[in-house]
Amino acid sequence: MKLDMDKYFAPEIQDNHHSPINSIENVSRRKFLKQLGIGAGAFVLATTLPGFNAVIAKEMSGSVAAEKAQHALNFFVSLNPDGSTAIVCHRSEMGQGIRTSVPQMIADEMEADWSRVYVVQGKADKRYGRQGTAGSTSIRMQYKQMRRIGAAARHMLEQAAADIWQVPKSQVTAENHEVIHKSSGTRLSFGELAAAAAKLEPPKDEQLVLKQPKDFKLIGKEVKLFDHDNIVAGKATYAQDIQLPNMLIASIQRPPVIGGKVKSFDASEAMKVKGVVKVIQLKDRPLPTHIKPISGIAVLATNTWAAHEGKNRLKIEWDHGEHAVHETTSYSKTLKAQVNKQGQAAREKGKVYEHKYDPSQTLEATYTMPYQNHSPMETPSATAWVRGSGDNLECTVWAGVQNPQWAQGMVAQELGLPREQAEKVELNQTLMGGAFGRKSKADYVIEAVELSNQMQQPVKVVWTREDDMRHGFYHSSSANYMKAELTDDKSADFWIQRVAYPPIGWTFDATADRPSNGDLSVGFGDTPFQLNNMSLETQTIDTHLRIGWVRSVACLNNSFALGSFVDELAVKAELSTRDMWFNLLGQDRNVDPKADGGFEYSNYNLGLDTHPIDTKRIKNCIDTVCNEANVYENTASDEGWGIGFLRSFGSYVAAATKVRVKDNKVEVLEMHTAIDCGVAVTPDRVKSQMEGAMVFGLSIVLMGEISAKDGAVVQSNFHDAPVTRMHQSPPMYVHIIESDAAPGGVGEPGVPPIIPSITNAIYHASGKRIRDLPVNKTLSV
Amino acid sequence: MEFANNKKRTGMINITVNNQLMTLDVDEQMPLLYAIRDELKLTGTKFGCGKGLCGACTVHVDGQAMRSCITPMSFAKNKQITTIEGLGNDDNHPVQIAWREYKVPQCGYCQAGQIMNASAMLKNVPSPTDDDIDNHMQGNICRCGTYKRIKQAIHHAADLQSGKKLAGNK
Repeated sequence: MKLDMDKYFAPEIQDNHHSPINSIENVSRRKFLKQLGIGAGAFVLATTLPGFNAVIAKEMSGSVAAEKAQHALNFFVSLNPDGSTAIVCHRSEMGQGIRTSVPQMIADEMEADWSRVYVVQGKADKRYGRQGTAGSTSIRMQYKQMRRIGAAARHMLEQAAADIWQVPKSQVTAENHEVIHKSSGTRLSFGELAAAAAKLEPPKDEQLVLKQPKDFKLIGKEVKLFDHDNIVAGKATYAQDIQLPNMLIASIQRPPVIGGKVKSFDASEAMKVKGVVKVIQLKDRPLPTHIKPISGIAVLATNTWAAHEGKNRLKIEWDHGEHAVHETTSYSKTLKAQVNKQGQAAREKGKVYEHKYDPSQTLEATYTMPYQNHSPMETPSATAWVRGSGDNLECTVWAGVQNPQWAQGMVAQELGLPREQAEKVELNQTLMGGAFGRKSKADYVIEAVELSNQMQQPVKVVWTREDDMRHGFYHSSSANYMKAELTDDKSADFWIQRVAYPPIGWTFDATADRPSNGDLSVGFGDTPFQLNNMSLETQTIDTHLRIGWVRSVACLNNSFALGSFVDELAVKAELSTRDMWFNLLGQDRNVDPKADGGFEYSNYNLGLDTHPIDTKRIKNCIDTVCNEANVYENTASDEGWGIGFLRSFGSYVAAATKVRVKDNKVEVLEMHTAIDCGVAVTPDRVKSQMEGAMVFGLSIVLMGEISAKDGAVVQSNFHDAPVTRMHQSPPMYVHIIESDAAPGGVGEPGVPPIIPSITNAIYHASGKRIRDLPVNKTLSV
Repeated sequence: MEFANNKKRTGMINITVNNQLMTLDVDEQMPLLYAIRDELKLTGTKFGCGKGLCGACTVHVDGQAMRSCITPMSFAKNKQITTIEGLGNDDNHPVQIAWREYKVPQCGYCQAGQIMNASAMLKNVPSPTDDDIDNHMQGNICRCGTYKRIKQAIHHAADLQSGKKLAGNK
């Protein structure tokens, strides 16, 4: 069966391609003002910007809330008479810097002075349009939409000034937080214009004029980042920092095996812990788990330590259920066996199975990667406060979630609210202490809601590190098979790829047993090589653990396989890895996997017109990293360079890593990344994401492994599920390729090419080919 | 199934936090982390692992960096505790200045622990080498991977502290 990853990923994604709505609609005044927290003496009109579900507010009533400004120009932008300007960030911050980038895009088009802009975090609200912060989508999907929001605000400020001066709007222009009458030089500040501008009709789409890239003052420039001052002072608020009067803290013992249930439990020792108030058995939840909780026993206490201590003293007998059979050593062997059999082709061309392969020129390899956990530094946590029931029900949530509207909808469902009343749930978005995909699932939010609903008082659920390691939504354990035959001109023309892994779809649908086309669109079905004969296939496998999106998703294992195999072919052909890539890529062209092999390629929900698979950009990216890193240098005999490349999430990223392998110990000496992400809106954050991606990649390659025994996850904390530490993190360099092309993603595409760059470097330093990750199974790290 | 706990809390513990004497009614076994966060509502100090493995909870106890998640109140009592909130005058400890200048944080969650560990290290090793920094900082995990900038910022903070450089001149 076919599963569309996006279908499960975010319900509102389906609204994303809806036709433009141009109508102006009435918005509940009280509701709207509560959301915006704005404005005195006014009425509210709302309209959606063409092609974007954003609300433009006109007049306001009610009292002025502190965090937002007095006069709203639209749902994202409001100003105070002193000129200070509030801009909403509706996306979720997890370290990528989006709370700077969103205001940056809006403020630039608006001609706002960055020093007078402050950011206000948007709550879950469908009027913001898509809020789901995953798949590196914020900028690549909303670059123009955000700029239109700013351009609309600018238009209204200019119109207000023109009206005051009684001149045509064409005679005025906004510049650096003022509107100027061009011929006379007369000026009015944004603050002076705010009240008048807020009373104007919002502009129509055709009235909006976006800047030419050469006129950008903030986009692509270094700006002061929001939040750093608070973070460095210890004043930033994360989900675990929420403190409410009369709040209880809950720590939950969940079933060790997915689908397991409580047979019986004894809470008497837990109740003896000072501070423990109550022990509650959470309701049973059926499989598939969806993004919902998995039941268990909750200990509620007046402080976090008592809750955890109480949990440790619970005596629970479990019915482990059918998935207690899961054992990863044999599972990995099954995966390998599966991909060594012909599978179901997702993309095929020519005749790979009728061809007679020359064994001396043919290479076959199978690559495996174990489960990976997100392990964000902040373990999952959410606070809920449910009051009343039925028609009088109120619910407020504080959480760091990657998809606020999805979480809001799930909470509403948990409380029995009809879908159209989801907005009764107020979901306040905090900063996330890391997420990497983990916090797109709202299980921990729903746990807090279930408990608060029972207690009718605020409840904060806090996961321990052990909870996080053992009850994750893991990156799939996987096997990738590759086969190709070298041609006389040192390229290839017969090419087979196969992949098997427990799919994310299983978390939502127990019948899912192979990757969907959406899954295959991430670094598998889009192999950009010029081939007359290819077959790109999937195989089936049973699933026994919750699978979820982990940073870069299946690009991780697919890039490991592709990047390693190209390197292995290069060795066989006695070419540099760079030259092997170039030979396989062939002519400069845009690749269309649908036209070339019939693959239903989703291209990360981007158009191939705006975000092509451009082999020329691939080559440029590879050359940039090879030249900047100088991978062609003569290294010591126990040292070597390796490279990797993957285009993913609309961006092109190449990596080069240098390692030393001495006495069977790997030391990573230097790492480089080159990225062509089109327009880089916040260059320093592109750089920091690439630095972080190198470290994240090191963790996966050198030590990343979650294993299962008797159905339960074996690892528990950072001692047995280690991640990269400072002494394992080498000097690293980022090379951003300048481009005016449409922006691609940044958070996710950095990791995939890192993976083969490290294992290839190990090969070139030592002759040891790593086909089964992590490296610490074979060499010490 | 539900149980109710009617036990009364007993015992008073004195600690000095950010130069303020505090008297807390908590269990002697409670780790300092939870007293700081839940009782004193100083939430800048973070929970990361609960086992002293990641360093997110690092505070100064009598001037030395310690993992508050595994430091029981029985040890912390009558001692001087400094948390991120009390580290610098107006949040301008040289390490904090350097952290801002190098734009170190990504998600920021581990950074209070990193800053507390780095500032304690600089008291003992005022001009650290890269190896010194690796040795002292390897107990602090940053999952976002800000290690490169942490290292740069520590060198810069050392320069600020010794007067080799002025704030704003990276």
